[in-house]
Amino acid sequence: MSERLLDVIAGNGLITAFAAVGLLMLVCNLISKHLTAGRIHGSAIAIAAGLLLSYIGGVSTGGEDGLADIALFSGLGLMGGSMLRDFAIVATAFGVDVEELRKAGMNGVLALLVGIVVPFFLGGAIAYAFGYTDAVSVTTIGAGAATYIVGPVTGTAIGASSELIALSIAIGLVKSISVMIVTPMVARAISLNNPSAALVFGGMMDTTSGVAGGLAATDARLVPYGAMTATFYTGFGCLLGPSVLYLIVRGVLGG
Amino acid sequence: MVIYGVALLAACMLVGKLIGEVIGIAIGVDSNVGGVGLAMLLLVFVVYRMQKAGWLDTTSRRGVEFWSSLYIPIVVAMAAGQNVAGAIAGGPVALVGGLVVVAVSFALVPVIARLGKGKYAVPLDDLDTAREGRHE
Repeated sequence: MSERLLDVIAGNGLITAFAAVGLLMLVCNLISKHLTAGRIHGSAIAIAAGLLLSYIGGVSTGGEDGLADIALFSGLGLMGGSMLRDFAIVATAFGVDVEELRKAGMNGVLALLVGIVVPFFLGGAIAYAFGYTDAVSVTTIGAGAATYIVGPVTGTAIGASSELIALSIAIGLVKSISVMIVTPMVARAISLNNPSAALVFGGMMDTTSGVAGGLAATDARLVPYGAMTATFYTGFGCLLGPSVLYLIVRGVLGG
Repeated sequence: MVIYGVALLAACMLVGKLIGEVIGIAIGVDSNVGGVGLAMLLLVFVVYRMQKAGWLDTTSRRGVEFWSSLYIPIVVAMAAGQNVAGAIAGGPVALVGGLVVVAVSFALVPVIARLGKGKYAVPLDDLDTAREGRHE
């Protein structure tokens, strides 16, 4: 009998995910209100809790999709997957002010360029310091420091080993996750409270997930501005990584 | 009708992603180049025109607003599906590299934002009241 009842829950995965996330958000909002006196917003706590749960899920199943690897919570993969995520991201553009977008446009483009090139060379330099001294390794790890999508795409294109590619994903994940957690804490210090800064932030940081998660926990109204530049980041990075950036690294290191 | 809003949103997303894919193919990248961003621009533009023409009634708007308000819960679900264990297993290079890069990037945000700072860069009004209204 218990098996059939569990089947009902697992068989309605997406619905289970709605209920589970709703419950998690309720608990986190209560924690925010009563334990932090509203200082840390409930959504920031909920996102951090989600990451913690995903760590627990990943360790207990050995899988790669966090809590979604547990059959009971497989619907989380659909709810938080790229289809619904992108759909909700596009919907946030509903509140965008056309004027603000137009005025901050150039800043966004500049941020995109700096946001790819700086992490790339910084990540590459750190890889070099840790003993990965050939051009392919430095490029792959550097590209991972841009995002965990640009890393594997670049690595595959220039013939990196699977160990290197895994490392480039890991560095991108650390970046994405720390952006989600740190953004609400430093938002005030870096004046991240206006659409223009959010646009720059989106271009500077990385994947849609890190930026969107971080901004959502800071001020949800900033999400569309940051997400808009962040979505260009991956494509732009995939374009530059295996081409211009790799050639520069190869020129400096040789071979 | 609510479905009009949802359909408008869906159409914008599909068109944006299709264009992004075409750009990707054109420049020889195995990735969607800015599809979501293009979809957002498209939605902003279409909504702007439709509102001027008076074609967007309250119930249609609700179809878009509903999905927009589900954004945070979806991000929470996404966080719960990340490979956090994998990131931690990546060892010191991943950890040091990721954290240093984030720290430097954060420090650069105000620098670049200031380059073009004008009157549009004013803070949005009080966080909490506005956010409650939208997401609670």
